[in-house]
Order: sequence, then C-alpha cells, then structure tokens
Amino acid sequence: MSDAADRDLELAQLIGRIEAPLASQGYFEALQARILEALRSGPGQGTVPPLSSAGLPAGPPLLEARGLVKTFGRVQALRGANFTVYPGEVVALIGDNGAGKSVLLNCLSGVYQPDAGEILIDGHPAGLESPLAAMRRGIETVYQDLALADELEASANLFLGREPLKPGLLRRLGVLDRKKMRGDAAAAFKDLGVALQDVRVPIASLSGGQRQAVAVARSVVWASSVVLLDEPTAALGVVQRRHVHDLIRRVSDRGLSVVYVSHNMPDVLQVADRIEVLRLGVRVATFRARDATLEQLVGAMTGALTQEDVA
Amino acid sequence: MRAPVGLRNAAELTPEEIVIPQVSRWRSLATANVVWILLIEVGLAVAFSAVQPNFLKPFNIRSILADQSFLIVLAIGETFVIVGGGIDLSVGAVLIFSGVVAGKVMLALYTGHAGFGAAHAGWSVIVAGVVAGIAVGLAWGALNGLLTAKARMPPFIVTLGTLGMATGGSYLLTGGTDLRGIPTRFTNLVGFGSLFGQIPYQVVIAAAVAVISGLILAYTRFGRYTYAIGSNDQAARRVGINVDRQLIKIYALMGGLAGIAGAMSLAHYTTTGIAGHTTDNLSAIAAAVIGGTSLFGGRGGVAGSVIGVLIPATLASGFVIIGVNPYWQYVAVGMVLVGAVYLDQVRRRTYGRS
Repeated sequence: MSDAADRDLELAQLIGRIEAPLASQGYFEALQARILEALRSGPGQGTVPPLSSAGLPAGPPLLEARGLVKTFGRVQALRGANFTVYPGEVVALIGDNGAGKSVLLNCLSGVYQPDAGEILIDGHPAGLESPLAAMRRGIETVYQDLALADELEASANLFLGREPLKPGLLRRLGVLDRKKMRGDAAAAFKDLGVALQDVRVPIASLSGGQRQAVAVARSVVWASSVVLLDEPTAALGVVQRRHVHDLIRRVSDRGLSVVYVSHNMPDVLQVADRIEVLRLGVRVATFRARDATLEQLVGAMTGALTQEDVA
Repeated sequence: MRAPVGLRNAAELTPEEIVIPQVSRWRSLATANVVWILLIEVGLAVAFSAVQPNFLKPFNIRSILADQSFLIVLAIGETFVIVGGGIDLSVGAVLIFSGVVAGKVMLALYTGHAGFGAAHAGWSVIVAGVVAGIAVGLAWGALNGLLTAKARMPPFIVTLGTLGMATGGSYLLTGGTDLRGIPTRFTNLVGFGSLFGQIPYQVVIAAAVAVISGLILAYTRFGRYTYAIGSNDQAARRVGINVDRQLIKIYALMGGLAGIAGAMSLAHYTTTGIAGHTTDNLSAIAAAVIGGTSLFGGRGGVAGSVIGVLIPATLASGFVIIGVNPYWQYVAVGMVLVGAVYLDQVRRRTYGRS
C-alpha cells in the first residue's frame, strides 16, 4: 500500500470516529466539509480565545487534577493532564477515542493510581487510593457498564455495599432492614423523577434507560460532592437520553458537581455548564458551554484548534 | 454510618407521596420457583401413593428423609456457592475426609478397656471427633475459597483439585479400609435416634441447618453479598464489598457443612464409607439446580435445594415401591435436571433484555 493510500485510510478512520456519534444526529453532512478544512489547516493553526477568569464559576475549585501521568506498559494514556471541577457545575470531559477520558475518570474515582501528578479536593491532597476511599470523600461514579447486580431488585442495588441493618440484636446478626431500603429507595426514585413500575423486580427486567437511572440514582444518593458519569448515554435512545439529561440537571440543582464523560458533542453542549477537552493525554481546551460551538469542540478534539497546555 | 445526602428519609414523606409499587403477594407467590418445585414434589408423592398407598406411610417418609439428610446439608452449602457464582466439586471428598478425621480422633482418644474400636467411648470423645471433623471440613473449604478468590483460579478446577487431594488423603489416612468401631452412643443417637421417637435426629439436624442457612441467605448482609457477587462480582467490588473475603467465607461455610454432613454420615452408616460418596458432589449440585438455583449465579434459595434433594429420592423410592425398575430413577432425575436448567435459560431470556 502506498503512503498516500495509508494517509487517506488514516484520515478516513479519524473522520469515521468523529462521524459515529454525529451521523445519527444528522449533523454529519453539514460538518464534514468544515472538519476536513480544519484538518487540512493542520494542528496548532487555529486558536480559541482563552477563558477569561470572569467566565469561570465563582470560588476555588472543588476537585482538581494537576499534571496527571498514567502509563500502561508502553502506552502513555495521560501525559500531564489537568482537570478542574467547580462546586455545583456540570462539566463535560470530551475527547476522541484514546484521548484518555476514561483513564482520567478512573483516576478521579480511585480505580487507577496516577504515576505522577496530584489530585486535590478543596485544595488538599485527595488520597483516592481506592474506589472506596473516593466514595468516602463523597465522590460517586456511574461506570459505563453501570456496575449493577442484575439479579437484585432496584432498592438492593441502590444500597449495595451500604445496606442498613435492623436495630438491636438483629444488627449483630447482620439482618438487613429491607423495609427501610424499599421505602428509602422509593422515596429517592420519586425525588429524582425515576419512574419504576415495581421496585421489587430484578434489575435485569428493566429497560436500558431505567437501569441507567437506577445507577445514576445510586451515585446521587450517596455522593456528597461529585458524581462522575462515564458515557452515560452511549447506549440509549433519544427519549431515554433526555431523561438522563434531566436527571443530571436535577443532580446539579442539588449542589452536587457532575463530571460527564462523552464524545457525543450535541449532548455535551446541551447538558454541560463547562467543557474540558482532552487530546492525547493532555487538556487542550476549556469552554463555557453556552459560548462554544460544535466546530470549536471538534477542532479541539482533533487538534485543529489548540488553546492551552500543549507545548 | 453517614446518612445518604441526596436521600430524604421516607418517614418525612406524606403517605400519599410514597407508593412502593409492587405486585400482589399472591401473584409473586405464584411466580416463585419454589412453589412450582414443591408442587412437583407433592404431585410425585400423591401419584406414587395412588398406585401404592404404603408410599405415604410415616415409616417410608421417615426413612427417605433420614437417608437424604446429609445430602440436604451438602446441597444447602452448594446453594451458597452456586448463588455466589461458583461451584464446589469437592464436597463429597471433603465429607469423607471429615468423617475419617472424626473417626480417627474418636479411635485415638478412646482410652477405655479394649473392645471393638471405640465402640464404648463417651460423649467427650465423640464431641472431640465431631469438632475435629467439622474443623478440617472448614479448612478444606477455606483452601478452596483462598485459591478461588486470591489466586483467581476457576472454582471448577480448584475444587476438582481438592476433590482429588481429599479423596487421596482419606485413603492414605485409612490405608483403604473403612474405619470401624465408631462409638455406639454416637451412632445410636445421631445415626438412628429420633426426637420424641418420631423425627430422626438426622432430619432434625438437616432441618436446623436448612432453617438457619435459609434465614442467613435471605435476610442478612452475608446473604445479600453472596447474591451480589454471583450476580456481578465486578459491581460488588466497585461498591466496596470485600469480594475475596466473602468468597472465602462462602467456601469455608460449604466446607464446614460438608464436615457436619460427614459426621451425620458417619453416625448413620456407622462407618466412613470411603467409596460411597463419589457422586455426592453431582447430587448436591443437581439438587440445587433442580431447586431453582441458577448456575450463572445470583439466583436461588435454600428451600428449593431441600426440595431438589427430595425429588430424586422420591422418584427412587417410588419406583421401588410401585415395582418399576429402579434404574429408571437415573433417567428420570436426568430429565428433571435438564428441564430445570432449560427453565432457568428461558427465564433469563425473557427477563434480561440486555
């Protein structure tokens, strides 16, 4: 195969990766020309005006990652990535496949330990040495696979690992307070606007959107500072996606911060307050969602536009 | 424990606000596996007694139950293991090994006048032997759990290995001859005795194990974690459940129950029966599966497994009583087993949309 053919193939694959989430939205045709143009202009050619400090949410950041490095064998997934979460905001973390989104998220949720760099909560080292440690610091994660026990009912999943026990002697014997679990779960689902016909059926018999909602509800119920969502709408239809977006807005209305990992840009523009873009393991741009355009996001993701952090 | 932040206490909501949607008790009862399995068992008993009225005589029921009691205890342990997403093939071998150790300890500790082995030994010797047997059962189980959880080896292989080790160990300890001279106080009471002269102690022990384990599996955190791990061990890890420790506990529980079953079998048959328990593992697994426990983990219950032991036993006894070649039992049990797994598959397909 010739070099030119190689390059074309590479370009086609790159476009294909951008195309996938967009094509279903019908944006693809309109965008194709612009993306190609941006690509042709080469990396580092365009610029995005840096965010003025006035545009940032008030107060110091709640959660901050500085210079995270994470290497798997010979693959450097994070190369000094920064990330900032302010109190009460919905911040989207976007990037092309392989940009390091999930790795960064897993560092924040305590699943991975970064090789270098630091994670701060309220300016102090966070000490996220395990998922349990992150949970104790008020950080809850909705994993891409949802991490639900399919054979258990919704209330059992909501309280999984944190089951309330009956008082007195029965507590010593480890007897579950199932009535409290069902009552509290029903109240929580109602509060969050999650509609379930029957909280007692196994999760496996619920729809994808309902399962998603149960997973989000679980994180919201237990989080006291940040909820991390890894591609929460990837497998959902349009209506279910809107339900999850509504749910995220309600979560944010309660004063919790939400980190939303996605590569679906229309989604991100719709639901986020702020958007941080990751490319090849570093943060390359930060936008206020209401000011950002689809082209800017695509440009930052693909390397056509660069704002910061890149030497 | 920290109160959940985003969660209002249900007590603060007005009654109209809380609707715990649920199907009616009757409907959930009608769809429960255990009810259908019980109906099958009752149907079999009624059918056999219609042909031969002696079938439902108390004597026959008592002897079926007493013969199956040790298997009930094994099947209950297997239920915990399978619900937790594992399998234990070593139960029969551990049962024998525990029985051999219990017998050896009794024979070694008996210091009275010479006679037939330890036949005249007192209760202190008996209790010491039983405790030793249960302890080595626990140890085998804990080894299974350690290798499964910490060394991340598939339980099928781990327990196949300990099956061989425990079997070989039993032969080495006994030199291949079954132990004789088990204390008669032990065999007369635990082996053949009856509570109030009506209920065999074998059955009493099995029933006590069934009730306690059933409550543990259904109502405690231990049981909930067992279901959670069998359903999705990765999810269980992520919510902070100590999966490894729970797995070790589950296999140790199974080993301890095999130890209890070993003592029961020792008393009931008055000997170690080294060659007689080679298919106990498959019988116990079959009982759990017939009783509605899913081999994929996460679903099942103790009550179903108890009935799952009784269905093959009823078929065997019934075929003898109505004069059908008893070898048909194996055919019938095989069909019931395949049918039970098929039903589980159908249910999973209609339940799980994902």
